[in-house]
Amino acid sequence: MSAPLIIVGTGLAGYNLAREWRKLDSSTPLLLITADDGRSYSKPMLSTGFGKQKNADALAMAQAGAMAEQLNAEVRTHTRITGIDPGHQRIWIGEEAVAYRDLVLAWGAEPIRVPVAGDAAERVLPVNDLEDYARFCQAAAGKQRVLVLGAGLIGCEFANDLTAGGYQVEVVAPCEQVMPGLLPVEAAHAVQRGLESIGVGFHLGPVLNSLEHAGERLMAELSDGTRIDCDLVLSAVGLRPRTALAEQAGLACGRGIQVDRQLQSSHANIYALGDCAEVDGLNLLYVMPLMSCARALAQTLAGNPGRVSYGPMPVTVKTPVCPLVVSPPPRGTVGSWEVEGSGQDLKVLCHGADGSLLGYALTGTAVQEKLALNRQLPPLLA
Amino acid sequence: MKKWQCVVCGLIYDESEGWPDDGIAPGTRWEDVPADWLCPDCGVGKTDFEMISIG
Repeated sequence: MSAPLIIVGTGLAGYNLAREWRKLDSSTPLLLITADDGRSYSKPMLSTGFGKQKNADALAMAQAGAMAEQLNAEVRTHTRITGIDPGHQRIWIGEEAVAYRDLVLAWGAEPIRVPVAGDAAERVLPVNDLEDYARFCQAAAGKQRVLVLGAGLIGCEFANDLTAGGYQVEVVAPCEQVMPGLLPVEAAHAVQRGLESIGVGFHLGPVLNSLEHAGERLMAELSDGTRIDCDLVLSAVGLRPRTALAEQAGLACGRGIQVDRQLQSSHANIYALGDCAEVDGLNLLYVMPLMSCARALAQTLAGNPGRVSYGPMPVTVKTPVCPLVVSPPPRGTVGSWEVEGSGQDLKVLCHGADGSLLGYALTGTAVQEKLALNRQLPPLLA
Repeated sequence: MKKWQCVVCGLIYDESEGWPDDGIAPGTRWEDVPADWLCPDCGVGKTDFEMISIG
């Protein structure tokens, strides 16, 4: 029997690559390996689940068995690979060696954990996959007050969604505005005001120092001395691409596993995509670039080598109280920002010296202009 | 009138309802939706939608 294509990871990257590739190659054996239960779900939906009153089972779209059948694949669940041996084209799962024709690393990124003192530090929960979500739902059942660590995109989405789901939310982050690095300050203020209007409290500047049990509840103490009563803590302070096994195998890694425009790593027959990959220097943790990579890599693996290209990649942030779409200027470009509009409805545009549009942030009703503006944006990877 | 579903997030585009928030009028057929329209929930493009039958 010929060696299979092995995909490690069954998140959006793994399953969508498998789906795209199967459209082109229906016969080569396919093995998917996942550390979790292999259920197919849409990650963007994790931060809209509370408002829709959906638990983890409701967000799951298909079981591993159904995916295996649909993809004509073997799906090994609750399985962690322990090593990669590029020289012999095989991976290790404990003592078991499995040969591959091609290997795709699509195992995602790890939530960053900030050290917290106190006897309740274990009650700080990240939500980066469906199992995390299930754990968080269970911990949140019957509770009222949630402290969210981090005011980035994910922290803001959860703040909005948990509020919609009936929770009282406080956000703590060591920054001066929400989504620093992604949003110009005017747009950030519009989103923050929107979230405040539905009751979200913000503590921007301090960090969480300690978390202690206090009877049935928890007492959080911030670095500025503020004490906050809460029931649980959601951590959304960022993600770090998983690279450890790749580094051990000698694959070039920077922020993520470094791959070229064909998604190939520094070793032949080993590829990476999704949150763990650094594609031509870009590690973008969004769905749209992931889908572009999945389509390009499927072609390459089917014998039609192709380079991935990224068009404009606007990011829709799911804060319904103040809708937001942002397209940051491409790396290396210099532009100046201008604000139009008022209140929650802002059109903030970034233009280069030659007058061309480089990026934008749209809030409130201004998001309706995104399609027209997208046509003027430069591609991220031409 | 048909319905189309985003394979990434499960969002359904119903031709009979269109997507007024993005200026797409009710009754707009899928082929007439602008090629650069993006899934309002997860941001992927038209190519990631697949048609589902509504019986």
